[in-house]
Amino acid sequence: MLPATTSQTVGPYFDIGLNLLLISDLAGPGERFTLEGRVLDANRQPIPDALIETWQADATGNFPREGDTFRGFGRVATDPNGTFRLTSIKPGPVAGPHGTMQAPHLEVSIFMRGLLIRLTTRVYFPDEPANATDPILNLVPVARRGTVIANKTESGAFHWDVLMQGDDETVFFDI
Amino acid sequence: MNAYRRYQTGSQPSHNHPPYVSTKERHPTQPLIVIPHTLSETTGPQFTLDDLRNSSADLTKHGAGEPLGERIVVSGRVIDQDGHPVRRTLVEVWQANAAGRYLHKIDQHNAPIDPNFPGSGHMLTDDDGRYRFVTIKPGAYPWRNHHNAWRPQHIHFSLFGPAFATRIVTQMYFPGDPLLPFDPIYNCTADEEARKRLISSFDWETTIPDEALGYRFEIILRGRNATPVEE
Repeated sequence: MLPATTSQTVGPYFDIGLNLLLISDLAGPGERFTLEGRVLDANRQPIPDALIETWQADATGNFPREGDTFRGFGRVATDPNGTFRLTSIKPGPVAGPHGTMQAPHLEVSIFMRGLLIRLTTRVYFPDEPANATDPILNLVPVARRGTVIANKTESGAFHWDVLMQGDDETVFFDI
Repeated sequence: MNAYRRYQTGSQPSHNHPPYVSTKERHPTQPLIVIPHTLSETTGPQFTLDDLRNSSADLTKHGAGEPLGERIVVSGRVIDQDGHPVRRTLVEVWQANAAGRYLHKIDQHNAPIDPNFPGSGHMLTDDDGRYRFVTIKPGAYPWRNHHNAWRPQHIHFSLFGPAFATRIVTQMYFPGDPLLPFDPIYNCTADEEARKRLISSFDWETTIPDEALGYRFEIILRGRNATPVEE
């Protein structure tokens, strides 16, 4: 078995290389939603140079393949206030281990200066009955589960903050 | 569908690395929660040449004229841990110019901008996992991490591979760079051999006479386990 290449930070200048494929609106058939939030550091200060990537199934719960109209991939950077915004369609439920079903969710990668290796997490949707039996969500201690479930705002958008540290530090997954 | 292998201990950086000061307020303090690989992790975005129509693999041709500096050719293969080529995967690269300055609004280093060198390139690997791009050798540059801190010459690489689980961002360095022993970012990985594999090698085979020196950099993405995921 060959040794896997080691990770390095994306640094502060990633937009030079990664802006070509910024995708903040994932067009496709299904129920549209907007996800917005902030990325905050240990002192609750905004992180203005974070990159967030998302990967998701389509509305029927199938992951896109090459050539499909719906790409399933989003990439947005935070602004000077640490805010990001992404519009997409709600994914359907997808198969989990041991015959279980996973609740609708987005896979999330987070990169920034000061992070030496990608962090991964997920965003789930509020008021989703399938969350109760989601096999991955059930691996998260109950007290921390809310950090990976978005909130519905008055405007109808979903809000989800990424907190790098603190009492309500976001749950990150080791995949 | 088989799960991907877990990274070996020490082969990847830890999140908290005090010599790199920016990690202090940006690294998670709670242990990561280990999860099994599901379809969400074993699938991933795919890209086509159509995605790259506004870029190319020749970074010296993205301005109105010729950029200044030493022209080089960087090439290599993207393979998995079993040696299989990673075909048709997106490779995104970006870097400073020959003077050590990025064409970026927050880079205030007192070195000249080169208007003929935006500093990014994009390509897909071929059916043998090979990639190749032409560029200018990047300069070293100072940063504010500690007194007299300088980044060694490097090129940033971003790769996806076949799945969400295989995504990686890394940096390629150059052989013989005297700054490597002092760079907290290069030294963030505990395993010395893993660090050394980030250093490209000078390569006569890809050096073009009267044109450009060749450097070779191989990238190895996570491979799959022998046993299938339980679905």
